[in-house]
Amino acid sequence: MSDDAMEYREPLKVKPVERFSSSQIETVHRASMKLLAETGISCAGRTASEVYRAGGCRVEETKKESRTHWQVYFPTQLVEEILKLVPSRVVLGARDPKNTLLLDASSPSVYFGTGSEANVYLRSQLKKFSAEGGHTIQYPVFTEEPGSIKALCESAHLMQQLDQVDFFIRNVNIRDESVTPENKDVNVFFASLLHTSKHVQGGLTDPEALPAVIRMARLIGGGQEHLPISFIVCPIKSPLSMVADSSEKVISIARQKVPMVISSSPQGGSTAPIQEEGITAQINAEILAGIVLAQLAGPGAPVLYGSVPVRARLDTLHDCYGAPEFVRYAMDCAQMARWYGIPCYSSAGVGDAKRPGMQAMAEKLYSYLGTASAGAQYIHYAFGLLAGTNIFSPLQAVLDNASVRLAKDILRTADFDEEGVDAAVQEIQTAAAGSGMFVRGIRKQLRRNRVSHPYEFVSEDEEDRVFAMAQQKLDSYLAQEAEGLSEAVIRQVRGQIPGLLPIETWKGGSL
Amino acid sequence: MSRKETVRDLEHSIIMGHIDSDDEGYDGMMEGTPGTMELVETALEEGIDPQDILTVFNEAMDQVGVKFESGEYLLPDMLASAECVGEAMEILEPKLAAGSGTGKGKFLIATVKGDLHDIGKNIVITMLKGAGYQVKDLGIDVPADDIVAAVREYQPDYVGLSALLTTTMIEMEHVVKKIREAGFNGVKIFIGGAPTSEEFARKIGADKHCRDAMDTIEKIEETRDVS
Repeated sequence: MSDDAMEYREPLKVKPVERFSSSQIETVHRASMKLLAETGISCAGRTASEVYRAGGCRVEETKKESRTHWQVYFPTQLVEEILKLVPSRVVLGARDPKNTLLLDASSPSVYFGTGSEANVYLRSQLKKFSAEGGHTIQYPVFTEEPGSIKALCESAHLMQQLDQVDFFIRNVNIRDESVTPENKDVNVFFASLLHTSKHVQGGLTDPEALPAVIRMARLIGGGQEHLPISFIVCPIKSPLSMVADSSEKVISIARQKVPMVISSSPQGGSTAPIQEEGITAQINAEILAGIVLAQLAGPGAPVLYGSVPVRARLDTLHDCYGAPEFVRYAMDCAQMARWYGIPCYSSAGVGDAKRPGMQAMAEKLYSYLGTASAGAQYIHYAFGLLAGTNIFSPLQAVLDNASVRLAKDILRTADFDEEGVDAAVQEIQTAAAGSGMFVRGIRKQLRRNRVSHPYEFVSEDEEDRVFAMAQQKLDSYLAQEAEGLSEAVIRQVRGQIPGLLPIETWKGGSL
Repeated sequence: MSRKETVRDLEHSIIMGHIDSDDEGYDGMMEGTPGTMELVETALEEGIDPQDILTVFNEAMDQVGVKFESGEYLLPDMLASAECVGEAMEILEPKLAAGSGTGKGKFLIATVKGDLHDIGKNIVITMLKGAGYQVKDLGIDVPADDIVAAVREYQPDYVGLSALLTTTMIEMEHVVKKIREAGFNGVKIFIGGAPTSEEFARKIGADKHCRDAMDTIEKIEETRDVS
């Protein structure tokens, strides 16, 4: 089936907000080209340096603290020619074909999903607290536990059921004793694919695991044209350096033509300039260097422009996701990606709050609105993250699902034509001459999904019951049975893919 | 079409809020099919007793009420059904035997002087008509003397007063006082509107405070049961 004939999961369509003028975009582009041509990228990978050299880059071998590096210089014309090879449309398959995603650089259509690989899984339980005068309030108490396969299964199962989650990036770092660098990748992808029929994306710990992961995805995908998985690789160490093993992952995945995010995550104020024009010029150069490597290794390889710029805290220089710059940087990168015609991987819904609450809500809401308004096609980090990207909270994910729904309803494009306006005029004339009321019009627009729902967790009385309602919803989701893989497919996968561990599901059963 | 079929279609039409053939109804699929207005005419042409048609209205609205209570219907759905009944009553009323009517009573309603808001009032009117009450709407910005004159002429069982502003709700007290001074002590006076409350109703001598349209229907029914 051609990509045009396929059905895709419905994205949020927006009219993009653009912070840069066209001349500002060109200025940033020229700055990035200047950095790539004059300063170049310090590459620690021999294989990558050879790919660059063979592709037409000037490569100089240098020694840094007794380690060999290759300084790679990118002629501007070469970069611009190679960028023409990059597909502007990337299809991300899914176990359930209805969850297939179409990322089209020319269309500001947005999908939201999970992200990070949090070390901490934050469980929650409602407790009743009393004060003098007989006042009581229900509030969650939290327990931290280390990430595990069981927690990853639970979160994948939850994400399967949250309607605003369009894709699943493995969001919990599996730290079970039986997990090794060699078997981690197959187990991460297997646990995820077992519990969600949405697109699954993850990194690769061991480049050697790539063939097994792809083979497993083909078995689970059941002969579909597009694999239900894709990869994230961050080959860049800002500023302007490339890591050896990640650069090799880029090459291997590009040669397989499996979709891949090529990301960079500089920190404004510590590993990049804090001002937006500076960090954008730098991250743009870094991402393009990675994309050039992918295209030289596998011309036409489907890639996403992976922009994850963040600002530094001014007291500790740690990541600061709650600052407005985080959103501005993301919006700037989304605009650059669109200018190059490459689908954009971006971030929203991550903040500095360590527990669910008003801080988390504020930080997340404005980043959903900002980043999505810029038209980034693929927004990760959007569900359940706290303390930057260190904690995953299922309760927060349920709250985030409600917030993303609101953000989508605010941002969706005005969808009407002349016929719609004529119908509205007729409706106004009829009501003005008659009852003065428009209730029949409400029903019609409800049926056409043009009437938004209010916030999901609304209290009828004076007590704020958001947490109570969200926890109740979370508990009901986790009580559901999983729509898993058939036993035959599980047997087939276990028979053909080495390294798979017994998987204890969140309910305690084993798969 | 048999009488049985007509009655069944009429009931379904009301439940679906399908007022006439131009309307698409609850499910958006009914445009081009006879709606409540056409079906009432058909029913009368087929010789169905107007009193039996009235029973269909009541039974249909009972079912709509159940759907609303269960959450299946939103208020706009319920209003659409109520509007069907209200409009159809315009056709049916003259056909009913003199004095029989719906038997539910007459309701006079107005937004008091100084206040131009009527959304809530209009919703209440639609619901009242749908529930079978005869409604006289005096409109907005109505002086107390005009309301008293209308009470004298129309002889309602109930008077409803609406106000949205804190500056105009005090006019309600003036209207209640004038109605009582004119000797209409038996008429039940209901008040409603955002700034009003039970306490305010008691203070100005009104019989009931109504939070919204549904509350109005319930409170009238309570009043009828008591009387």
